Amino acid sequence: MAVMQFREAIRAAMIEEMERDERVFLIGEEVAQYDGAYKVSEGMLRRFGPKRVIDTPISEAGFAGLGIGAALNGLRPIVEFMTFNFSFVAFDQIVNNAAKIRYMSGGQFKLPIVFRGPNGAAGQLAATHSTSTESIYSYFPGLKVIAPSNPDDAKGLLKSAIRDDDPVIFLESELMYSLRGEVNEDPEYLIPIGKARIAREGEDVTIVAHSKSYWIALEVADRLAEEGYSAEVIDPRTIRPFDFDTVVQSVKKTNRCVIIDESNPFASVSSEVAFQIQQRAFDYLDAPVLRVTAKDTPAPYAKNLIEYYMPSVEAAYEACKKVLYVD
Amino acid sequence: MAIPIEMPKMSDTMEEGVLVAWLVEEGQRVSAGDVIAQVETDKATMDLEVYDDGVLLKKVVQEGESVPIGGLIAVLGKEGEDISGILARYQKRAAAPAEPSPVAEPEAAEAVPVQAGDGAPAAVAVSEGDGAEARIKASPLARKLAKEHGLDLRTIQGSGPEGRIVRRDIEAALARQRPPAEAAPAPVVEAAPAPTAVAAAAPSLPYEVVPITSMRRTIARRLSQSKFTAPHFYLTVDVDVEKAVAFREQLNALAEAQGRPKISFNDLITKACALALRQHPEINASYLEQEGEIRRWKAIHIGIAVALEEGLVTPVIRNADQKGLGQIAEETRALAEKARQRKLQPQEMEGATFTTSNLGMFGIEEFTAIINPPNACILAIGAIREVPVVKEGAIVPGKRMRLTLSCDHRIVDGAMGARFLKTVQQYLEEPLNLLL
Repeated sequence: MAVMQFREAIRAAMIEEMERDERVFLIGEEVAQYDGAYKVSEGMLRRFGPKRVIDTPISEAGFAGLGIGAALNGLRPIVEFMTFNFSFVAFDQIVNNAAKIRYMSGGQFKLPIVFRGPNGAAGQLAATHSTSTESIYSYFPGLKVIAPSNPDDAKGLLKSAIRDDDPVIFLESELMYSLRGEVNEDPEYLIPIGKARIAREGEDVTIVAHSKSYWIALEVADRLAEEGYSAEVIDPRTIRPFDFDTVVQSVKKTNRCVIIDESNPFASVSSEVAFQIQQRAFDYLDAPVLRVTAKDTPAPYAKNLIEYYMPSVEAAYEACKKVLYVD
Repeated sequence: MAIPIEMPKMSDTMEEGVLVAWLVEEGQRVSAGDVIAQVETDKATMDLEVYDDGVLLKKVVQEGESVPIGGLIAVLGKEGEDISGILARYQKRAAAPAEPSPVAEPEAAEAVPVQAGDGAPAAVAVSEGDGAEARIKASPLARKLAKEHGLDLRTIQGSGPEGRIVRRDIEAALARQRPPAEAAPAPVVEAAPAPTAVAAAAPSLPYEVVPITSMRRTIARRLSQSKFTAPHFYLTVDVDVEKAVAFREQLNALAEAQGRPKISFNDLITKACALALRQHPEINASYLEQEGEIRRWKAIHIGIAVALEEGLVTPVIRNADQKGLGQIAEETRALAEKARQRKLQPQEMEGATFTTSNLGMFGIEEFTAIINPPNACILAIGAIREVPVVKEGAIVPGKRMRLTLSCDHRIVDGAMGARFLKTVQQYLEEPLNLLL
């Protein structure tokens, strides 16, 4: 084990997989000469040379398509978006080509590609640079979507994503790149895609939260503990396929659930989780499932407004108290 | 056309009523306005009047039975009339309270013209077919648990939002049921092991079961709510009541001469509190979390705790700041008497903005009281003590009384409470000010 930043864990995963398999390569804007816009790929150009760490022009549709073509021809590309907000320029490549070619070719083609980069809001970046995309990409059958909350999960899951034969959307966060944590250094340390982690066991309320929201969940759980309520915190880690079994099992025990999700609320990850819970655990619910999400507007720029817009510890705490019927 | 008589909603917080006594026999003729029974609600025992003329065809419930609002109590009609339709309809509703029976609706709709043609005096009576029996709100888990344990949801009071029955209510109901089940060894054999954890393990000692009255349940709910949500703190002051005692004697000599009721010491305190509240509107207030605001009440209504054998009620002296001592004395005496006869009407117990509780008559020197929500404070009144006091360097006999103010720290801070209490003290120490 070693203490690493989130960005170092991602780098370690990429380096290990590139050393293990020469078909793996990294492509994106500023990934090579500049060492990555957020220094995720620092030193990788020197290590692997310009054939495997490739700078591109500002042309998401182009290099995403190039990656897909390379994957179809037997390579295993890692495509970095400087932020997932820019992935919308390559939307057709991702949702029509990457997601559907295996299906439309009757399984003749595999598509081992990872699209990775920071996702969601990161402070005052205004409306067009603050979108949470997990709900969007997990909508499409054919894509796997991963959104880890800590360095260890990031490393273990990115390695699994690179080795997976299907297209994977791997969502990071500008605000978490410097987050430190213990990371397993074993080059064969793989975390299975589609497995949630029960981060904290509890009896009274289940909190489901991924990525940055996970840290809100832990704070809320601490506050509730001071008042004598024990919250079970589940980090789904993978958004698609989602580990509903773990969540449902937990809700059957606690009878209540609050979902924290930075996505806009409509037709989002939280909507789906709440739907699955009411379907699979209806008779176990003692309160309606509540969720705490970004507000249903484009992300504002002003500091006070973006703070209000994002899910907060306070709002999540209030939601938990509500389902616990304490006020 | 027979008329069903349902359990009416007699107070804001009532959910069910206990039919305490029948005053009319089956087959007896009654007229609109007649009282046919007495019903105990969570607040008081009240008269059940009928709104139509007719013969009491059937008493559906026995004395002592509890009936939810909208439940059938009796049937009124013409002698010999067939009432099986009404009984069946209510039985069906009771069996499936969640789903308004689609069959019942058209029936009720047809009934109206028949009734009109009958020439009966506008006997539209109890509203039917409009879903009069409200849907029982319960969480899915609560429904499942109730079914597993054979509990009737209509007998359970929900503690969730809008009266939703939730897991803890079922667990509480099961806990209430548990002791008799344990006492009788026989049913244990067939009893399925209850999966719900009911924590309190009662000691296995002989006991007598006392049913929880609705008044007791209301007291339990409101006072625990108060003590668990309002952070209480307490301020005590020792009041020199020598002048007040003399003042009261003078007043009572006058009152007696005029044949008016005597003024009690408690009446002086009611008046003193009312006047002090006028000076300290921040105490005459409520912290309303749900509404997200503090309300400073414009009127000053003082609740006075009255002990009864089975519990406690708080009749209210309205606008006490505007009433003279004589009027306060008269009203307090009348309300206390009504309370003892269980005749207080709900509106006579509602709307207090401040409450006092007096245990002085038991010789209690001082005590702390639990705030009567949504009040901000309650004043606990102790006994008048004869004590030696130092006056101008000499020890002389004096009279003292301790007042303890319980404050809800969400809206009343220490200094605020202290200032208010000081004002009350000043009024009692210079009682002539009560007349100004």
